[in-house]
Amino acid sequence: MDEFFHRNWSSIRDEANIAWLVLDKTNMSVNTLNAEVLEELHSLLQALQKDPVPLGLVIQSGKRSGFIAGADVQQFKDLETSDAAFNFIRQGQIVFNYLADLPFPTVALIRGFCLGGGLELALACRYRVAIDHYKTKIGLPEVQLGLHPGWGGTVRLPRLIGGLKAMDLILTGKTLSAGEAYKRGVVDAAVPERQGLIAARHFIQKQPQPRVAAFVEKLTNSNFSRSVLSKILQKKMALKVNKVHYPAPYIALEHWREQGVESDSAFMNEAKSLSQLAVSETARNLVRVFHLQEKLKRLEPEVTFKPEHVHVIGAGVMGGDIAAWCALKNLRVTLQDQNEQAIAKALNRAVLLFKKHLKQPYQVKAAMDRLMPDVKGMGIKKADLIIEAIVEKVEAKNALFAMLEQEAKRNAIFATNTSTIPLSELTQSIKTQMRLIGLHFFNPVARMPLVEVIAGEDTEETIVQKGMAFVRAIEKLPLPVKSSPGFLVNRILLPYLLESMLLLEAGIPDEAIDKAAVEFGMPMGPIELADTVGLDVCLYAAKSLSHYFGGALPVGLSKRVEQGQLGKKTGQGFYQYKNGKLVKKKLSDSYRLPEDILDRLTMSMLNAAVACLREQVVSDVDYLDAGMIFGAGFPPFRGGPMHYIAEQGESLLLQRLNLLAQRYGQRFVPDVGWTTLKIS
Amino acid sequence: MRHKKRMVYIVDGARTPFIKASGKPNALSAADLAVAAAGPLLARQPFKAKDIDEVIVGCVGPAADEANIGRIIALRLGCGHAVCGWTVQRNCASGLQALECAVGDILKGNHDLVLAGGTECMSRAPLLYSTALVEWLTSLRTKNLASKFKAVLKFKPRFLKPVIALEQALSDSIVNLSMGQTAENLAYRFNISREEMDAYALQSHQRTIAAMELKQLEEIVPLFDWQGNVIEFDTGVRRDSTLQKLATLKPVFDKPFGSVTAGNSAQITDGAAFLILASEMAVKRYELPVLGRVVDTTWAALDPAMMGLGPIHAIQKLLSQHHLSVHDIDYWEINEAFAAQVLACLKAVQDEEYVKTHFGVKSVLGDIPLTKLNIDGGAIAVGHPVGASGARLILHLLHVLKRNNARLGVASLCIGGGQGGAMLIEHVSEVL
Repeated sequence: MDEFFHRNWSSIRDEANIAWLVLDKTNMSVNTLNAEVLEELHSLLQALQKDPVPLGLVIQSGKRSGFIAGADVQQFKDLETSDAAFNFIRQGQIVFNYLADLPFPTVALIRGFCLGGGLELALACRYRVAIDHYKTKIGLPEVQLGLHPGWGGTVRLPRLIGGLKAMDLILTGKTLSAGEAYKRGVVDAAVPERQGLIAARHFIQKQPQPRVAAFVEKLTNSNFSRSVLSKILQKKMALKVNKVHYPAPYIALEHWREQGVESDSAFMNEAKSLSQLAVSETARNLVRVFHLQEKLKRLEPEVTFKPEHVHVIGAGVMGGDIAAWCALKNLRVTLQDQNEQAIAKALNRAVLLFKKHLKQPYQVKAAMDRLMPDVKGMGIKKADLIIEAIVEKVEAKNALFAMLEQEAKRNAIFATNTSTIPLSELTQSIKTQMRLIGLHFFNPVARMPLVEVIAGEDTEETIVQKGMAFVRAIEKLPLPVKSSPGFLVNRILLPYLLESMLLLEAGIPDEAIDKAAVEFGMPMGPIELADTVGLDVCLYAAKSLSHYFGGALPVGLSKRVEQGQLGKKTGQGFYQYKNGKLVKKKLSDSYRLPEDILDRLTMSMLNAAVACLREQVVSDVDYLDAGMIFGAGFPPFRGGPMHYIAEQGESLLLQRLNLLAQRYGQRFVPDVGWTTLKIS
Repeated sequence: MRHKKRMVYIVDGARTPFIKASGKPNALSAADLAVAAAGPLLARQPFKAKDIDEVIVGCVGPAADEANIGRIIALRLGCGHAVCGWTVQRNCASGLQALECAVGDILKGNHDLVLAGGTECMSRAPLLYSTALVEWLTSLRTKNLASKFKAVLKFKPRFLKPVIALEQALSDSIVNLSMGQTAENLAYRFNISREEMDAYALQSHQRTIAAMELKQLEEIVPLFDWQGNVIEFDTGVRRDSTLQKLATLKPVFDKPFGSVTAGNSAQITDGAAFLILASEMAVKRYELPVLGRVVDTTWAALDPAMMGLGPIHAIQKLLSQHHLSVHDIDYWEINEAFAAQVLACLKAVQDEEYVKTHFGVKSVLGDIPLTKLNIDGGAIAVGHPVGASGARLILHLLHVLKRNNARLGVASLCIGGGQGGAMLIEHVSEVL
C-alpha cells in the first residue's frame, strides 16, 4: 500500500488497487479550493499515471461538513487584476482537464455540500456518487456572488445533461439534494451512506457506460437551439433579475449561446469571461456580502444553547411564523394565543411552510408534531425560551412579563419581538430585565435571514450569548444591537418609508416611487413594503420613533389607518389588493419622475444609518451593512449603506443632503455623525 | 407493618372533539388525533413526555401505515426512543382495554406512569379491491400473449365494486349480522318501540347540549385541523333534533320494517381520548392532582347476536365480585351504541327470566335510573369512535363524579362479537 502525504490531500492505494484521494484541508473546517490545493491535486494525479497505474481513482472529502464548498472566496477577493484572476481560473481548468483525461475510471464520492468548484471537480470525474444525506447539496451557486462557473462548469454540465437543464442550475445558482441531482442526471447514483463506498468501487470495477446527454438534451446544445433558448431564458430571467444590477447570469447565458459546449475554446472563453466579472464592482460587493454573512455566522458564541422547548406568545403573523420557523428547525414549540382562530391560521401557514421546505411527508408530519397549539399557555411553565410577539402596547407587555416572571421556569430566557419599544420600558422588574433580550425577526420570517439580538442595559451577558446561539440554532443570522428605539433596521428603514409617503402627498404616483426604489435595487418599493408590513404597524412604529427622535407623521398614513385601510391584510392600503395580490396600475409612459426623488428616498436611509453608527447602535460598519442587507433587503450588489456611502464619496453625499435640507427642511439636516464618519 | 396494596390513580385526561364522518376522509388520521389529544395533556403535566413509562393505545382499525399505532403515538408525542408503545384491540372496548392493561402494569409494579387511551379514524376506513379484481389482475401476469388476451376478456364490471372496510368491521361474520341487526334483535326480545328509541336518542342530544352550555365538558381540548380551522366541540350533536324529525328517518339495517335508524344509533366519528394513570409513588413524586382511582375491571361474553347486552353481563360480574348492589353506584356510563341496546340493558337488569337464565340468580339486579345514567348524553349525540369510546367514558365519568361530589361510578360498553366490559372507579382527590 502506497501512501503519500500532502498538506491538504492524503492518497491511499487499497488492496483492490483503487487509489483514494481524500481532501482534508489543513486548519480549516471546510474544504475549499485554492492554488495550493489545486497544485497538490495536480501533482498527485500526475503521480498516479506512473507505474503501477491504479484500477481507478475515488476522490472524497475527509471533512464531515461536506465535500468541497467551492473556490476559496478569500482568494478571489485578493485577485487585484483580471489577468491575475485569469491565471487562477486557468490553473483550475488545467488541473480539471487533466483529471478528465485520466485513462482509468474516476469517481467523485460526494457527501455534504458539493458546490461551485467542488461540483466542477466532480464533473471532471467519469462518475459521481452522491450520498443521500440531508446535508448533501449539489450546485453551481456562483451567480449569487456575481460570478459564473469558471472551471469548466459552463461546458461540462451542459454536455452532461443538456443546455436547458444546465442553465436552470447555472443561471439561478440553485442547489440540489442527492435525489434531485440523480433525477437530473448530474450524478450517476444517489445512495444511502451505508452504500457509499460499495457504490464507488462498483463504478471503478464494473466501469458502466458513463452518462451522456440524451438525444433531446444534446439537441439543446445545438447552434440553433442555443440561439432560440437563450432568448427565452433571457426573457424569463429579466422578470426576476435586473441585468444592470446582476449581470453575471446574463453573461453566463451569452457565453453558452456563443460558444456551445463542443470546442475547447469554450473553456478558454469561460475563463476570460469570468476573469472580467471577478474584478467587477458587483462581484466584489457580493463577495463582501458573503463575508458579512460569514462574519455574522461566526458570532456564534462559546455557549451552546439549543432550547428543548420554545414557547411563543401571540399567534399573529410574526408570532405564528416565528413558532413555525423554530419547529421547522427541529425545536419543540408551543404557540399561545387566546384567539383560537389566530392559532388555526398560523398552523395553516406553518404546514405550507413545512411542505415547501421539507420534501418528505414524514418530515412534514414530524414538524407539525413539534408545533403544538396552546390556547391556555401550558408551555410557559416548561419552556426554556419564551418569545413574546403580542400587540405593541407597553401596558400589555408589562402585564405579560409580570405574569411570566411568576409562572416560567427560573432559568427560562425571555425574549421580545417588539420592533420599536426599548427593553427597559417592557418591565419594571430588575429580575425580568436580567433575563430579557430582544429577538427582533423580520417579516416574512421564513425569507428574512436576519434577527436583531438586543441586549438591554441590565441583561446578563450569558443570556445575550444564549440568544445569539439560539438564532444560530434556527439557522438565522444574529446581529447584536443596542437597545435603542427602533433598534437598527427599523430606525433606518422608517424615515425612508415615511419619505415615500410624503412624496405621495406631494402628488408623485405610488408606482413611480416604488419603481425608483426597485431600480435602485430594493427588493420591493417603499409604498408596497408599507402595505405589506401593515399601515397600522407602520403608524405605530412612526409614532413611537417620533416620540424619541421627533419628526412629523404623514397625514395620509394616519387617515388610512383610521379608515381601516391597513394594507395588504385588509385588501386596501396605498394600493388595492385582490386575493392578496397587488392590483397594478399602469404608469403613463410620458410620466417623468422629478430628479431628486431617489435622493430623497436613499438619503433618508443613509442619514439615519450615519446616526445609528454615531450612537453605536451596532458596533461597526460591517454590522450596519449586514443588518440592512439581511434585514431590510438593501441591495446586496451595493454592499450595504455604509459601503455605498464610501463608494459614492462622503462629501458628495453630504452636499446632496444639504441641498435636500434647503429644499425640504429639518429632516434632511445631516446628522453630526457625518463629520466624524470614517469608513475604511 | 401491613403490606400496602398498590393502587392505580387517574391523574388527568383529555380528548379531542369527536368529528362526524361526512362521507369523505377527514383531515386527521388516527395517530394525528391521538397526538392532538395527548399532546396538550402531556404539556400541562409537571413531568416531561420522556418520564412516561409506557403508552398503550386502543385502536380497532389503524391505517395501513399505522401498524402498532401505540408506538407511533409515543414517538410522535416526544416520549423518546426508550419508551415502549403498544396497541390493543377489543373492538368497541379497545380504549377500555388499554386502560385495563395500564392498570395491570402499574399493579404489577412494572410501571408507575402510563399514558393510555384510544383513538379511531372511522372516516378514513378504506375501500378495498374485491378478491375477484385481485384474482383477475394476477391472471394478467402471464407472458404468453394469447393467454394474456384471454385473461383480459374475462373482466367483469362487478370486479370494480369496492369492499367497504367499515361496513365489514361493523358486522359480525360469525352470526352474519350487522351491529344494527343485533340491536334489532334486542328490540324484538325486550319489546322496545321505535318511539322509545327516538325519545332516548333525543334525550342524548339534549343532555349533551345542556352539558356543553354549562361548560361541563372540560375534558375536550380544541382540535386544529392544520387547514385553518379549529373545532371546539363534537360536530355530530344536533341542536335542531326533534321527535318528529327522528320519526322521519328510515331504518338502516332491517329494511323496510326495522326501527333502528341513523338517528337512534351511535354516530360514526373520528376522535381520541387519553388518560394518565399513575402509581402512588408517581403521584407523590410529581405532586400530581388525583381525579380518581380504578377499583376493578371485568369482562364478560355472550351470544354475539345479542352483543348489546354485554354491559349487563360485565356489570353483574363486577358488582357481585365487590359485593355491591346497583344502588351503591352513584353514576353510570353505558356506551350508547344504539338506543335500543341501552334500553334493552335497562330492561334486562329488571328481567327475572333473563337474570335467572344468564346469571343463575333469583332476584333482579335492580333499577338503573336514567337520572344516574349518561347524564351528559352519549355516543348517539357525540359519536362512537370505536377505539376511543372506552377512554372517553371513564374520563367523563370521573368528571361527573367530581362535579357531583359522588364516590362510585361504573362505565361499561357492549362489544361487537358478543362481549361486555365494565370498569368500577372511585372518585378520590388524593392518594389513599
